[in-house]
Amino acid sequence: MSNGAMFRTCPDTGLKFHRPAESLMKANAVAAVVFLLVGGFFGLLVGLTRWPEVHLLEAESFYLVLTGHGINVLIFWIIFFEMAVLQFCSSTLLGCRLATPQLAWTAWGLMVAGALINNYAVLWLGNSSVMMTSYAPMPADPLFYLGLILFAVGALINCFIFLATLVIARSERTYQGSIPLVTFGALTAAIIAIFTIASGAIILIPTFLWSVGIVSNIDAGVYRLIWWAFGHSSQQINVSAHVAVWYAIAAIVFGAKPLSEKVSRVAFLMYIAVLQIASAHHLLVDPGLSSEWKIFNTSYAMYLAVMASMVHGLTVPGSIEAAQRARGLNSGLFEWLRKAPWGNPVFSGMFLSLVGFGVLGGITGVVMGAEQINLVMHNTLYVPGHFHGTVVVGTTLAFMALTYWLVPILFRRELILPKLASWQPYIFGLGMAGVALFLMGAGTLGVPRRHWDILFSGAADGGYEFSAAALTMMSLNGMSVVLACLGGALFILIVVGSLLFGRRLDEGAKVGREMIAATPADSAYKGIGVGAITIPGTLAMVFVFFAAFVLYYFINWKYLAETWGIS
Amino acid sequence: MADKNEQIDESNMPAMQRVLDNPFILLFIGILIPTLAYIVWGIMELISIPIAD
Repeated sequence: MSNGAMFRTCPDTGLKFHRPAESLMKANAVAAVVFLLVGGFFGLLVGLTRWPEVHLLEAESFYLVLTGHGINVLIFWIIFFEMAVLQFCSSTLLGCRLATPQLAWTAWGLMVAGALINNYAVLWLGNSSVMMTSYAPMPADPLFYLGLILFAVGALINCFIFLATLVIARSERTYQGSIPLVTFGALTAAIIAIFTIASGAIILIPTFLWSVGIVSNIDAGVYRLIWWAFGHSSQQINVSAHVAVWYAIAAIVFGAKPLSEKVSRVAFLMYIAVLQIASAHHLLVDPGLSSEWKIFNTSYAMYLAVMASMVHGLTVPGSIEAAQRARGLNSGLFEWLRKAPWGNPVFSGMFLSLVGFGVLGGITGVVMGAEQINLVMHNTLYVPGHFHGTVVVGTTLAFMALTYWLVPILFRRELILPKLASWQPYIFGLGMAGVALFLMGAGTLGVPRRHWDILFSGAADGGYEFSAAALTMMSLNGMSVVLACLGGALFILIVVGSLLFGRRLDEGAKVGREMIAATPADSAYKGIGVGAITIPGTLAMVFVFFAAFVLYYFINWKYLAETWGIS
Repeated sequence: MADKNEQIDESNMPAMQRVLDNPFILLFIGILIPTLAYIVWGIMELISIPIAD
């Protein structure tokens, strides 16, 4: 195949798309959206059952639906999309061919087969309602584990293809100096994914063998330890990937360049080194593990990863502010933010993701990671509240934002319903922020996480009476779920509708609006800001964030102090 | 000539940048630290629990 036939140059961005890689990106992105649809629908059913006045499903179907919801959105949607991100950040951003496209198709096939087999076991056979954690010795059908293993093997192959593509780009000299920061972020995600998937294999393969009767026993403590190296680290892949997406969108929409490449790369390095071990916060009440192990893996090492996230939380909006000021929006503290393109879903989705991830997911993650105050909300609805802040408001919203840019650039289709698209991130973001907040509120008041009926209404003693505040939180959560699902449905409608019915863009045709902003000249950055401070608006937001962080942290210590009264 | 310049540049590169530019060193770090701190240490604690009589 000639070079011209192997590559397509995007007329809007100048990016070189390796055609086999482009097809793979499309296949992974489409698979991701399909599983988002399935998992999102189950999320609606879960939310309507958690709503006390509705309580839609019976116990048996609730656990089945909850299992399908967790695995389809937390694993299949996100990891399929991340595979597309890895291929884009390696092949496209480095302008080189993707390593072994045929093997990448095999990997995609394994992932699709694994996801379908797992769903078959959960939804059709109906004997695998073990929820996402699938704690042994609670048994699921062998196909449940087999599906997850096949999916993991496919994803692992893709991670090594990503590394091989970096080697090709370096040997063929398609870039100068270091790889771009966005690709570096994707590399971080790939490395965490390799650790994550290897951990999954270490525990799921013996569990599969146990389910078919070859292995006699799976130790529950060891299962929980290694499963969480898979289960929580899989969410750390998301963090690295969506931070890379933030940097990419800052460059795409504003032509922003990082405040300091070195600082951002070192922050990613801290993710590589210590982000995965935060998995330990799920085991803070497990009796078999010592306080030394728990405290090192959470309250010491995890804080380095938190610091890395705070660095990104400063540098991403800071780079946007600097670029906006360099374009002349230099008045006061927030002109750069006020005049940002809030009607562009690529930007609004990314910015809501950034704020939601930091405030809702980040602060609460630190609270959960402290051994003492973790006891206030361990295994309550606070936990799903927290991860809806990180994974849904943070990751999913960032991926949605990028998708709005990818539809014309990668799929060569004009977006349909642009007005609706400009509203979608707000509807979804508001709904999901409500879900995160109200679940955490209910969790703080003690509402349990894993039981179908929080009121235990069938119990012989008449059940348990939660406070009116807790029940109100659960009702508000139900309403927020409906709003978020509306936002999710709009996303699917706009994206799938655009792929099917959007105006087709010829290979050489431009979209007709700016798809990538030019980087302001270095001279334009001189004299920006207020006095000697170049990004005063971002620093003001950071101080508000820190104040909220400190206040919330100590409020939880106060809650803990009130747990046992001193007489 | 270009190759020679590049070699000179790489030899002058700070050690930290060499680490950050090498995906396989990063992969090694990313596997080693959590494997030791989380998995190996955790497993050692779990298997040292005495078996009940």
